[in-house]
Amino acid sequence: MFTTLKNRFEQGYRTCNYPQEKPAVFSRYRGRPIVQKDAPPEVIQACAAACPQEAIDTSAKKIDMGRCIFCGTCEQISQGRFVRFTGDFEIATAQKDHLITDGYLPALAEHSKQHFKGLFGKSLQLRQVSAGGCNACEADLNVLATPFFDLARFGINFVASPRHSDGIVVTGPVSRNMRTALLKTYEAIPEPKVVIAVGSCTLTGGPFVGSPEITEGLDTILPVDLFIPGCPPHPLTNLHALLTFFK
Amino acid sequence: MKNAFLNVLNGETLDLERIPHLSFNNIRNTCLDIIKAGGKVVQFFAYENEEDIKLIAVLRTDKLMVATCYAPDTYPAFSKTSEPFHMFEREIAEQFGIRPQGHPWLKMVRYHPNYRNRPDVFGNDYTQDIPGNYDYYQVAGDEIHEVAVGPVHAGVIEPGHFRFNCIGERVLHLEIQLGYQHRAVENMFHDVAAKRLPILAENIAGDTTIGHCLCMAQAIESLTQVQPDKGAHIIRTIALELERLANHIGDLGALSGDVAFLPPANYFGRIRGDFLNLMLLICGNRFGKGLVRPGGVRFDLNDDVRKTLDNRLKELKPQVKHVLDLLFSASTVRARFEDCGAVSNYDAEQLGLVGPAGRASGIPYDVRRCFPTEHYLHLNIPENKKTAGDVYSRAKVRYDEVLQSIHIIESLIALPVETACVDNTLNPLPPSSFVVTINEAWRGEVSHAMITDKNGKILRYKVKDPSFHNWNGLAMSLRDTGISDFPLNNKSFNLSYCGFDL
Repeated sequence: MFTTLKNRFEQGYRTCNYPQEKPAVFSRYRGRPIVQKDAPPEVIQACAAACPQEAIDTSAKKIDMGRCIFCGTCEQISQGRFVRFTGDFEIATAQKDHLITDGYLPALAEHSKQHFKGLFGKSLQLRQVSAGGCNACEADLNVLATPFFDLARFGINFVASPRHSDGIVVTGPVSRNMRTALLKTYEAIPEPKVVIAVGSCTLTGGPFVGSPEITEGLDTILPVDLFIPGCPPHPLTNLHALLTFFK
Repeated sequence: MKNAFLNVLNGETLDLERIPHLSFNNIRNTCLDIIKAGGKVVQFFAYENEEDIKLIAVLRTDKLMVATCYAPDTYPAFSKTSEPFHMFEREIAEQFGIRPQGHPWLKMVRYHPNYRNRPDVFGNDYTQDIPGNYDYYQVAGDEIHEVAVGPVHAGVIEPGHFRFNCIGERVLHLEIQLGYQHRAVENMFHDVAAKRLPILAENIAGDTTIGHCLCMAQAIESLTQVQPDKGAHIIRTIALELERLANHIGDLGALSGDVAFLPPANYFGRIRGDFLNLMLLICGNRFGKGLVRPGGVRFDLNDDVRKTLDNRLKELKPQVKHVLDLLFSASTVRARFEDCGAVSNYDAEQLGLVGPAGRASGIPYDVRRCFPTEHYLHLNIPENKKTAGDVYSRAKVRYDEVLQSIHIIESLIALPVETACVDNTLNPLPPSSFVVTINEAWRGEVSHAMITDKNGKILRYKVKDPSFHNWNGLAMSLRDTGISDFPLNNKSFNLSYCGFDL
């Protein structure tokens, strides 16, 4: 008993004060990319050629954050002259085309569906479906339940049954073998329902683009309301997206 | 033991022609003899080379050894007498349509058509929805009932199907059927541009990003004769240990939660995140994606980063120790952990368990000690083996390894680490070559094998996650155990679905 109490005191209060204050993230974190449009064409070409995800559009000089896995290769080879990744983790969008960006994202709050705020603003129960992928997105959704993020204080929870939920959070590139299970889970959720796509796999196929076993974009099979990019998205990115879209 | 196999080092490139080409019977007999004498299977797979289908086996005793032969269309199954081949033979049957006659339980691994358009060994029609459309093993009797779980689980976890046959609360048999996450990763390695190879390796299993990416990088380094510098070896070693720390601590927290002792569950949940953040400190990603590349690492460990890492570790170490004490000194926790889900040493040897699950059942094997790569040559890794094979042993292995990993990282960051960062560029691969690499990731032995064709293109890329060996260990641990102890046992193994499904 004494050990339990002693430990409790040592642990202290650990919950972050987000969204009132933004927690500090280490400087090597790669968040929202900013494109320098006046970069020399050969630098832009080199970035596009080196990008393992082919996420760079050289003519529009934009990055597709849906395909991007935030590896930072373009920043490294252009030494920041074409692309620079900022520490800004607030990068979710309400429309898929907003993911294709030069670094200036439309405000998520203004593009969220207003009736959702009325319906789900005080209580949002979500069912998560892991549909392929590498389990990193699931892991960084799970941490939202740990004391530092403490998602439940906002009235948002992950629940065990689709029947108890207001929507689904999908991760992974929807493998052929998970497609039916995903669609059945979606059907089991009562209307009106929300679909949230988390991670580059779910948005575009991500690292598995080109595989015959996957679906390139959840939006090709379900109506997606919220797009959260990253590989995986930082837990704060997820937290920002949920709070801004629904609160 | 003298045999027809060729000894090969971990990460040694061989000309394909140097690999002994044996008769099928010779391979079969030698494999069975070596396993009978205590050897283990590292890789056993088929590949297609200019019309020929071949089998290749990589076994380990205190050495690694390799041999190859022509693959027959059907053959007498090794698994009839040698259980460690069980999963490998099913995989070969699924991928190449080769039937092991008399296999004790021949069923699909990942639900996909074979690569050669041969008739399906399992009689499946892959234009239909296959997963779940399968006759699960059934126990008959008045009091018998079945419990079906998955593929979509109650928590935020990966998909898989678990079928319990129970009598009352007691589990007679647990059948685990995976494959839901199959993404055809191995085949993608054959086709994608070179710049995508590390990305694929990193995304086989996100919680083992470093383990898998190291195997890929070491294989390519050996093939292209590139040597990472000493600093890169140290940074990779730190990363592999950070990965181990984050996962072991997360597992211990989850185990605590599963026996309803919530304080350590919450503290370790938070502390696990702190270790993920230390990975982000080094490379910008909480799972280490983007760090390891053929030739070295993409991010250095400059003095600022090194000092921050050191300070954070100093802060975390006493917290970790205190929570470990809290968890392991609670009599209620011990009462639940001890004697729960025991896997005997005999069963573990038969199944070929690896990693902490193997060590908990008395198998001391640890790649870091037995076939060291990176900086492990210079480190003393203890044996860490336990004897009981129960949940307590599997937790205690993690307890030991958590403290050791912190110590390893502390010792490695005591002095400045210098490395020349590499980018994503790769040298061309040599023709007609073979390489196999193994590393001790947090779940155990990860292995990648690569074969190139006469033009230096990747002909066959084979991935083996430790979970491939260990899922049957979980099934064994549930025998005659209360079904309510499933979550606890499952967490004590914490195996990878995506690493298995590929």
